[in-house]
Amino acid sequence: MADLTLTPNIPGGDDFYADLLAAHERLTKEESDAFNARLILILANHIGDREALSQALDAAKAKD
Amino acid sequence: MNAIFETPLYPYTRHADQDAETPVRRKVVIVGAGPVGLAMALDLAQQGIEAVILDDNDKVSFGSRAICFAKRPLEILDRLGAGKPMVDKGVVWNLGKVFFDERKVYDFNLLPEEGHQFPAFINLQQYYFEQFLVDRLREIEAEGAPVELRGGSRVSSVEDKGDHVALTVETPEGPYPLEADWLIACDGAGSPVRSMMGLDFVGRVFEDNFLIADVVMEADFPTERWFWFDPPFNRGQSALLHKQPDGVWRIDLQLGWDIDKEEEKKPENVIPRLKAMLGDDVDFELEWVSIYTFQCRRMEEFRHGRVLFAGDSAHQVSPFGARGANSGLQDVDNLGWKLKLVIDGTAPESFLDTYDVERVQGADENILNSSRSTDFITPKSETSRIFRDAVLDLSEHYEFARPLVNSGRLSVPCVHDGSPLNGVDALPGGPARTRPGAPCPDAPVGNGYLLAKLGGRFTLLTYEADAPDTVAAGPITAHRVALGADDDTTGAIRERFVGAGGSAVYLIRPDQHVVARWDAFDPAAVADALKRASGQEV
Repeated sequence: MADLTLTPNIPGGDDFYADLLAAHERLTKEESDAFNARLILILANHIGDREALSQALDAAKAKD
Repeated sequence: MNAIFETPLYPYTRHADQDAETPVRRKVVIVGAGPVGLAMALDLAQQGIEAVILDDNDKVSFGSRAICFAKRPLEILDRLGAGKPMVDKGVVWNLGKVFFDERKVYDFNLLPEEGHQFPAFINLQQYYFEQFLVDRLREIEAEGAPVELRGGSRVSSVEDKGDHVALTVETPEGPYPLEADWLIACDGAGSPVRSMMGLDFVGRVFEDNFLIADVVMEADFPTERWFWFDPPFNRGQSALLHKQPDGVWRIDLQLGWDIDKEEEKKPENVIPRLKAMLGDDVDFELEWVSIYTFQCRRMEEFRHGRVLFAGDSAHQVSPFGARGANSGLQDVDNLGWKLKLVIDGTAPESFLDTYDVERVQGADENILNSSRSTDFITPKSETSRIFRDAVLDLSEHYEFARPLVNSGRLSVPCVHDGSPLNGVDALPGGPARTRPGAPCPDAPVGNGYLLAKLGGRFTLLTYEADAPDTVAAGPITAHRVALGADDDTTGAIRERFVGAGGSAVYLIRPDQHVVARWDAFDPAAVADALKRASGQEV
């Protein structure tokens, strides 16, 4: 059971962010929603740690 | 039309109880001759307890209704002497296919574990299931077992008098009073007994309708379970195709909420839907059509004084996962031996509260699983539909997503973790699947199978361990089943029951759930566990 990483962890963060936006280019809103859902499921399976996933669900909630 | 629906199996005949001067008292009265009521009567009568079943009808169920029977209920039915004819008649299936939109996204094999006498599931129409139970009931009745099945007998009043239950039974020749030491309501989701007692049945309503059709056809569809999400022939909805015996196919089509049920049921509306699904060139005949809606709900308590609720009268689930009739048969398994101990005076009446505790746990597990299946099959929001479709899309290309596809999590028995009847787990390295509270898995033993050897009484199962032939706690005796490495022809016993030290001692309940386990026989510890599990410790 690993703690969720909430410190910078992606080498070349700007490049990743650009890749993420590029993947959505020319997609309709509906296609983007479907893409995001598939991406979340793929990443969640890769993490595979229920404790880390619970922490991620919590971290993603809107904060005041 | 299949003649089995039309033939009275237990027609009304006048009974001496109707002409008695004062109301006759029976040991156990069971209301309802469906799968649960019939199995309950078999279980009690085989233990020598008088069981009278009352049913307002006199025939088997109309239409296939419950069709999928799982391994654990088949094992229970085998103990009751009715399991094997069902398996012989039923259709065994292992392969499933999942379709999304116009394409097959994947197929799967249940790959049932080896070394079990009974298959993972059979498909069998409920009317055959009930027929086999009635046949078995007639068989034990002829052998002198104290069981009676009274058709045309509707219970119209129920009153718990503290030390018995008073009933009024309506018949074609008028009403008569009857008394019961114990009443078991197996009268279905709409339970009249529950209503007469003013008891709640609360839960979640799913706003959906399903058309179910039994279709007789000579088709070369294989013996598989096919499930469609959003198919072209039923846009935005789901569909299921299953094979039953006698060339009968069961088709379930989701219809949505705002429909005219009477219109949808008409053959001129049903047949075009089926043609769209099966293809124009397939000849078929409609045997039965029904439309159902469902709820997931349960009673707060399954025991109310001398009235016990079992099956759909106590809990109701969606059909996905075949957890309705299957869980009702597990209620029977749990209640039969406990009621016997109470009627014999060995255990106090409060022992029956453990039926409530354990089967409420089972019902909650079934409701949770069937609600989750329903939420996957019929997404309740746009976002949940987006995730559902994402899972289906991914499942076509990536193995990881397939376990997330939920078209029903098929019925498995409940492990009664935390039950007040459980004893210690003192078997170092013991397999988790056989911990206290778990149902014993089957395994080959010599030329036979383990569960058949355990039967329906308290058992001391030993593997490569010394122990006496019997262990007693008060009036209750556990009989030993002694196994050694020579009996373990496939290694399944060792894998499923034995700990790190190569030996094991299990105390097992009459319903074949584990009470406690050790690595060696300890007379005081076993007697203690037996005392607790048989309700002598209060």
